Amino acid sequence: MHDMRFTLPGQDLNREPFALKSPDFKKKCEVMITDRGYKCRITNTVPISSQEKLFLLRIVDPVERQLFNFRPGQFLMLEVPGYGEIPLSISSDNSNHEFVEICIRKAGHVTSAMFEARQGAIVSIRGPFGTSFPMEAMEGCNVLLVAGGLGIAPVRAPLFWISNHRDKFKNVYLLYGAKEPSHLLFSYQFEEWQKVSDIRLMTIVEKPDESWKGRTGLITALFNEFSFDSKKTFAIVCGPPVMFKFVCNYLDGKGIPMNRMFVSLERRMHCGMGKCCRCMVGSTFTCLDGPVFDYWSVMNLKEAI
Amino acid sequence: MIYKVISKTEFRKFIDAIVKHNNAYGPQQVDTGSGGKPIYQFMPVKSSDEIDFDYSVTHSSAKHFFLPFRDELSRFNFEDGNWEQEVRYEAPPRILIGLRPCDISAINMLDEVMLNGPYPSPYYLARRKNTFIIGMDHLPLPDCFCKSMNRHTVNHGFNLFCSDIGDKYYLSINSSKAYSFLKEFIIEEPSYEDNCLLIERRKTIKQSFETNIEVTGLPVFLDIEFDSPIWQKWGDKCLSCGSCAMVCPTCYCYSVEERFDVDLKGSSRQNHLYSCNLVDFAQVAGGHNFRPRKGDRLKYRYYHHYRGFAANDNQQICVGCNRCGRACLADINPKDVINDLRLERESCMICVLPSPDKT
Repeated sequence: MHDMRFTLPGQDLNREPFALKSPDFKKKCEVMITDRGYKCRITNTVPISSQEKLFLLRIVDPVERQLFNFRPGQFLMLEVPGYGEIPLSISSDNSNHEFVEICIRKAGHVTSAMFEARQGAIVSIRGPFGTSFPMEAMEGCNVLLVAGGLGIAPVRAPLFWISNHRDKFKNVYLLYGAKEPSHLLFSYQFEEWQKVSDIRLMTIVEKPDESWKGRTGLITALFNEFSFDSKKTFAIVCGPPVMFKFVCNYLDGKGIPMNRMFVSLERRMHCGMGKCCRCMVGSTFTCLDGPVFDYWSVMNLKEAI
Repeated sequence: MIYKVISKTEFRKFIDAIVKHNNAYGPQQVDTGSGGKPIYQFMPVKSSDEIDFDYSVTHSSAKHFFLPFRDELSRFNFEDGNWEQEVRYEAPPRILIGLRPCDISAINMLDEVMLNGPYPSPYYLARRKNTFIIGMDHLPLPDCFCKSMNRHTVNHGFNLFCSDIGDKYYLSINSSKAYSFLKEFIIEEPSYEDNCLLIERRKTIKQSFETNIEVTGLPVFLDIEFDSPIWQKWGDKCLSCGSCAMVCPTCYCYSVEERFDVDLKGSSRQNHLYSCNLVDFAQVAGGHNFRPRKGDRLKYRYYHHYRGFAANDNQQICVGCNRCGRACLADINPKDVINDLRLERESCMICVLPSPDKT
């Protein structure tokens, strides 16, 4: 006979209220169904270079669409069911709640699957995660956006923000460097940024081809072409790790305070929630305390750049 | 907490009763290792006779009950170009018998990481809520150093804790579940002699530690020694096999991967425990590895354990069980590494001091 007195009672978490509703990743410190993503449809893909594509995603469920709003600099976890999950910086306008734009370079397993995906395919996103650029703090100051290569993707979000609130910022510079002229992404938007948003855009390439008429060299060469009031300037730097060191050192020498320079770091991430420890840099996690760090913290973190 | 005493024969009856109706796991000898030493593991048990109450220490830790090596996070079911995601928290109630204080401390440490961070893990929560833990104290092995980490005693995180006082167990009852089970058996209020015996037992345990590691100021110390050649030296020995992380009771780093079902009608996202010593731990798509050298990866394991990361309030998460030292094929153990590091530092300090005049 079964003796109920000594049977351990169990608790079924599947019946708890949190397990039934969509997760809201902006609410931290609350038990939620952390591994359910928002279903979204690939509404459009725009090839922007031989290796990169811009994807427009639209969250299918209207309630979830309202839950997903982000700040410039944050990232999301994109999941292609069956292939895997990757962290990606969001490069869209955060006032646009209808679509999420992400710029993907074909580099690995999941990104290759994304490149194969047809229009209308359904993927899943979780997020937004991580810290953001302090855009309000930059108001009334000059902003220096420095992007190298694919670094333009995370820079595009603060650029949209600045365009939307252009009167609150003083001079805005966008310095953009790439290896080859064909690697300059979003070149179709250059004119719009310059003329509509009044952003001073400067591009430079390392290895020019015959048709290239612009500047040639490393991105630091662009700093000699203009002057700015370093006491009233914020800088946002995104690009390959080797670029941070040179650009930030240079800007430091120019007199921009270290806590006004922001960099966006990249690391391998598996969860996005500070659990898997794959993205640890120094003694913090890129997913929780980053990906946006000010240069002062980056200097203090071991092995950050 | 309620304190009671129970005779060993009555305790066996109690274990028999709860083991019979529940999924229970207890230490069992599974094999004999090199040098004739028995190898213990937590195995499913059906009666108290199958449990070795006087075991020394299990080879792998009890963390696998909470963080299984492979765990399904979610399932996708495909249908006509669309899919549905399904998330389930599978955690049948179960009983763990005979955990050592360091094992329980390790679980408390995991609680801190998994449940107190910004995004508490429901998978862990489900397992933690449905696990009944019976702890037992033991005399330390020669290479245990949990006293140095202050983890040789534990006062929370278990349902019932038994201290061996001769022919009785001194019980610390920490949950109503445990008390409602126990009140069906003959338990007594502890007498003055029992209390004395308990104190004596605690003292004996405390004095039996043979290995000590000096950990005062270790976090600062590790920060200073970040570029020490010591890491390279120990890294050269390391085989990058990840055994240390597999047996460690507090290593929780994991990796997430997805795989299609064989019939291609679904796929599952699984996490599996990983080790920071494995070569691709910090490798990003495109092939760049942020920590390509063995020394760097070994260093990170030591940083995580003895300095702590933001997620666990910069606490030291090592509990001092020395399972990693026993499992390491290259004979790297925390005691030697930390002592080496300290020695290096002290010799540095001597260099800084003004040297005496040559006579």
